Amino acid sequence: MELTQRDMALVRALSEGLPLSDCPYADIGARIAMSEAEVLTRLQAMVEEGIIRRLGVVVRHRELGFRANAMVVWNVPDEVVSEIGRQMAEADCVTLCYRRPRRPGRWDYSLFCMVHGRDRAQVEAQVAELAQHFPYEHKLLFSIRRFKQCGALYGKVA
Amino acid sequence: MELDALDRRLLDEFQRDFPLVSRPYEVLATRLGISGDEVQSRLRRLKDKGAVSRVGAVFKPHAVGASTLAALAVPPEDLERVGELVSAIPEVNHNYLREHDFNLWFVICADDRSAVQRTLREIRRRTGLEPLDLPLLEDFHIDLGFPLWN
Repeated sequence: MELTQRDMALVRALSEGLPLSDCPYADIGARIAMSEAEVLTRLQAMVEEGIIRRLGVVVRHRELGFRANAMVVWNVPDEVVSEIGRQMAEADCVTLCYRRPRRPGRWDYSLFCMVHGRDRAQVEAQVAELAQHFPYEHKLLFSIRRFKQCGALYGKVA
Repeated sequence: MELDALDRRLLDEFQRDFPLVSRPYEVLATRLGISGDEVQSRLRRLKDKGAVSRVGAVFKPHAVGASTLAALAVPPEDLERVGELVSAIPEVNHNYLREHDFNLWFVICADDRSAVQRTLREIRRRTGLEPLDLPLLEDFHIDLGFPLWN
């Protein structure tokens, strides 16, 4: 599915979320001269095509008591990284799982996942369990401080 | 944070499949047995408290625009300044201090790859540090939201 200019206008209008109002889709549409019916049709298509992965309440983990989070980086051989990534993504404690490039001499890790927990010990225990299934060299990069967290802004933001 | 049973259900049960109908908060209200106004006022309160970032869409990476995960190895004495500088860039939408020599990790989202590269160059110029640029190659995750209480 190719996103049209009108889809992009809708994506931008949505970037700060749906308004908390009786008819939020009509209100979003009003900002970009789009009818409520058109907003709903376009969003439905984006959901069906998987462009919108989910639509709903986006929570902030830390404020809800999930105070510890680690980005876990794994050095998985290139020939198996795709299969290992698919398997790791199935684990309950893994909230994101991506393959990223190595940068020789600066960065050796090819698989990234996020693990959240109520405290550091819980995250460490979950990663130790993962490492039993996936015995690759890895590191836990705990977050110490959040400088910024917000939804992506697309379009002319600068 | 004080959360009652209804708050918890609001946070847990509506992270995906949000109704695509004219009055979506009424659908939540019916499921919870409260009024649509109360759904809206509870969500507003949860947003004010920081428990909810937004009610909205999570896009598949790169379906819309381009992004990268970037990192800087910032000398400890410079962290405050560089952390604030990076956060102030509109294309940066997450920015965390982490335990590693590469200690500042952030996501850059922009309209296309060349705009991402421009932002990386600007960060290099303004910090004097060489960012690690780690764009996504494969995405294995199926986002079903984040289970909070079940």
